[in-house]
Amino acid sequence: MSAAEKAQAAQSTRNGWLLSTPALVILTLFAVGPLMIVAVYSFLAPGQYGNVEWQFSLDGWRGILWTKDIFDDTYGLADANVTIFWRSIRLSVLTTLLTFAVGFPTAWFIATRPAKSRALWLFLITIPFWTNLLIRTYAINEVIRNEGLLNTLLLKLGVISAPIQLLYTDTAVFIGMAYVYLPLMVLPLFAAIDRFDMKLLEAAYDLYASRMQVLRRVILPIVKPGIIAGSILVFVPSLGAYVTPRVLGGGKQMMIGNFIDLQFGQGRNWPLGAALSLTLLVIVTAALLIYVKYANRDTAHGH
Amino acid sequence: MATKTFSVAKLPGFTTTAVLVFIALYLPIFTLVAYSFNASQSVAVWGGFSLDWYAKAWNNDQVKDATMRSLIIAVSAAVMSTAVATMAALGTTRRKAFKGQTFIYVMINQPLMVPEIVTAVSLLIFFGMIKQATGIQGIGYVIFAHAAFCIPFAYLPIRARLEGMDLTLETAAADLYASPWQIFRHVTLPLLLPGVIAGAMLAFVISLDDVVITEFVKSGGQDTLPTYMLGQMRRQLTPEINAISSMLLALTVVLLTAFFLLTRKND
Amino acid sequence: MLRPRVPAAQYDQNQRERVTLSQTNAVEARNAVKAFGEGDNSVRALNDVSVEIRKGEFFTLLGPSGCGKTTLLRLIAGFEMPTSGTILLDGQDITYLPPNKRPVNTVFQSYALFPHLTVAQNVGFGLQMQGRPAAEVKETTARMLALVKLESMANRKTSQLSGGQQQRVALARALAPQPKVLLLDEPLSALDLKLRKEMQIELKRLQTETGITFVFVTHDQEEALTMSDRVGVMSAGKLQQVGAPKDIYTRPVNRFVASFIGETNFLSATAEPGAARLATGAVVEMPGLARSGPVTVTVRPEQVRLVDASEPGAIAATVKTLVYFGTDTHCYLALQDGSELVARLQSPATGEVGLQQGQQVGVRFTPGAAQIVED
Repeated sequence: MSAAEKAQAAQSTRNGWLLSTPALVILTLFAVGPLMIVAVYSFLAPGQYGNVEWQFSLDGWRGILWTKDIFDDTYGLADANVTIFWRSIRLSVLTTLLTFAVGFPTAWFIATRPAKSRALWLFLITIPFWTNLLIRTYAINEVIRNEGLLNTLLLKLGVISAPIQLLYTDTAVFIGMAYVYLPLMVLPLFAAIDRFDMKLLEAAYDLYASRMQVLRRVILPIVKPGIIAGSILVFVPSLGAYVTPRVLGGGKQMMIGNFIDLQFGQGRNWPLGAALSLTLLVIVTAALLIYVKYANRDTAHGH
Repeated sequence: MATKTFSVAKLPGFTTTAVLVFIALYLPIFTLVAYSFNASQSVAVWGGFSLDWYAKAWNNDQVKDATMRSLIIAVSAAVMSTAVATMAALGTTRRKAFKGQTFIYVMINQPLMVPEIVTAVSLLIFFGMIKQATGIQGIGYVIFAHAAFCIPFAYLPIRARLEGMDLTLETAAADLYASPWQIFRHVTLPLLLPGVIAGAMLAFVISLDDVVITEFVKSGGQDTLPTYMLGQMRRQLTPEINAISSMLLALTVVLLTAFFLLTRKND
Repeated sequence: MLRPRVPAAQYDQNQRERVTLSQTNAVEARNAVKAFGEGDNSVRALNDVSVEIRKGEFFTLLGPSGCGKTTLLRLIAGFEMPTSGTILLDGQDITYLPPNKRPVNTVFQSYALFPHLTVAQNVGFGLQMQGRPAAEVKETTARMLALVKLESMANRKTSQLSGGQQQRVALARALAPQPKVLLLDEPLSALDLKLRKEMQIELKRLQTETGITFVFVTHDQEEALTMSDRVGVMSAGKLQQVGAPKDIYTRPVNRFVASFIGETNFLSATAEPGAARLATGAVVEMPGLARSGPVTVTVRPEQVRLVDASEPGAIAATVKTLVYFGTDTHCYLALQDGSELVARLQSPATGEVGLQQGQQVGVRFTPGAAQIVED
């Protein structure tokens, strides 16, 4: 490179940084930076009325799964915490599975519509996606509560004689999360299926494949990146869900998000809340890294 | 024998499932909207058509207050995040890959990767420290928090627009005696504008919808519409909530439709 | 005719200079080098190219894709800076002058019409940027639109125009500021054949009417031959030969130029005084040839004539394949040493050239048609 070319490249880099600086400042101050403070807080002792005592302690991290016995100071597994973790993971996995099971046919349906109506179907999936999560959760509440649409209908039909108590159960949280996160599964699946070359189906049928074989041996392997993307997009917010379990779980069927909230409220254990937050962040980051790895491997092979 | 045409793209049960999914997706929303017109006091029993709950919500000072606050926050956050996201998009596209570019991408997309509850908690602690140290109160905290997590949403459509933009247009402008500023003013900006508007609209919707971060960051008496609704849901439910939800829903649909019309035609 | 071993550009200057030395060149590149990438991965898109483009001429840079012709054009336009070397405009060094300060305009391959502006606004853009008075912008725009016959389209959006019309707008826009040099980067490649032919004539007319120096980049040899005053043939980042179309076609300096422009036959031979002896032993007379040793002889298919096998002095050959092309028929021949030769014969009214596969024939070259080329 000549000197002039070098100067031009350097100028371009400088401009790139300069233009990005305002965004970086805001993000550092109000997104990334505070996470560092959380990390520090997780190693401090809880204050009596909330907040922290500035004194090093590992109790926050220990408290994630273990509890100190009041009498002999030994540590035992905290059953309540384990239950909450187990519920979070179980419901998130179930939510991911259910959204995939119904989301895949839906995405396939949209992708195989004629070009004109496809945009409309896609738009119909997108509207709930952008609608306030609280409103959608509340809408599910309207359907499943004791006097809600579902119970009223079943009672009228004579299927049941008394309303089913769905609200404030794990099932309610599960249904709610599947409902609110479904678009997050459908959209990446649609993107993957949309790129899928339908000629491959003709080729597969031509080579004696049955419908099931076509699905298992041709379609699913090829749209796998979309499946992974959709699963991550559903699993990650499910794991960190706060609003849905709060409204549909009624404060009893807590998930990690509500458990964190509790530490900053009645629990008055900020270090534990900080440690829980970081634990959640680590799990989510791990999931995202797996996704990035898969996505990169796929592009390396595919194109 | 009945013959069915063989369609390669058709898979057994898929269409039925899809149709059921669309019904399941919209039925609760329609129910919610329908009950907002319920004359009955309870959300459970249908008591005939009425617009009373809309009137009630309209005259509810708390709702009015929360709505105003929501709008102020959403507009401020959208303007701020869109301004800095536009600059960042101009900085990170259409130039040779430079050192630190990946870092900038990761930073900008960070709010998408961190669970909301974690961000909420971290801001609670951080703002608590500032408030304690300076004694400054006010809605500014919520606005800055919103501006930060809106940045990636504003950034994505702007960046997409920039990347889809023909670089030779700017080369052509330079060839036709336009100075760098004239190029920006007469070519880049007008072509980028739909992306900027789309970005601002997304940021606005995202800010307007936020519950979790606002719930943790706000001080007493700083309820936004969603946090007000969340608070109400703990108490006795009346169709007033349905009325508020329906209005918010209508606003979202209008904005989304505009957004799609803006981004669909990319020429 | 003997061709001395000199660089093509220099040869052109020495032998074919028709212009007086006092006239300055419109554009000149001196030892231009453009490398992309760095270190071991660096690729030289331009490798020491020197060329002089005269005032008022229609100069074409011709070569396959990746030969560096567009890079050279971009250096002249100012979109890129050379790694080393100099670009002169009217004798002035403009190597590092930004594009918006150069009185040079470009017609882009993709046209690069501003989609948010009308046809008239596109055409007036350059003048406006120069800060010319509104009245002048309006007047010039109207004149330019008239020049390209698009007066009625002035207020349309560019997306509403056909490919050919967009092409005209691009031309009018680049001509409006009255540049000293107009650069055209494969402007016809997006058009269909019929429109391309029309635009070739149109371009030539515009160049004659405006008197502006045109530098035209193309990979289409026919375009180059039909429109240009002079052609510079490029390959692998180097300028291979510069000259008038006829010279380039009839006297290519090397194998690349001979094969890139038109179709041709290559035969290996041994040079003797006044003749070249082919591998078959047949002798091709080349008066003035004064070198010896192995050489490559080239001859265009249309300069190959078939005669009776018994004719004295004719090169013996066998007909291998006949391919009918309508106006002419290509006859693929095998010489006695196995080397191949193609003859292009005009198809008679019946379409039958009267040859059979396997037939023994004699081959003669039109006198002066056979040339020696460097490899």
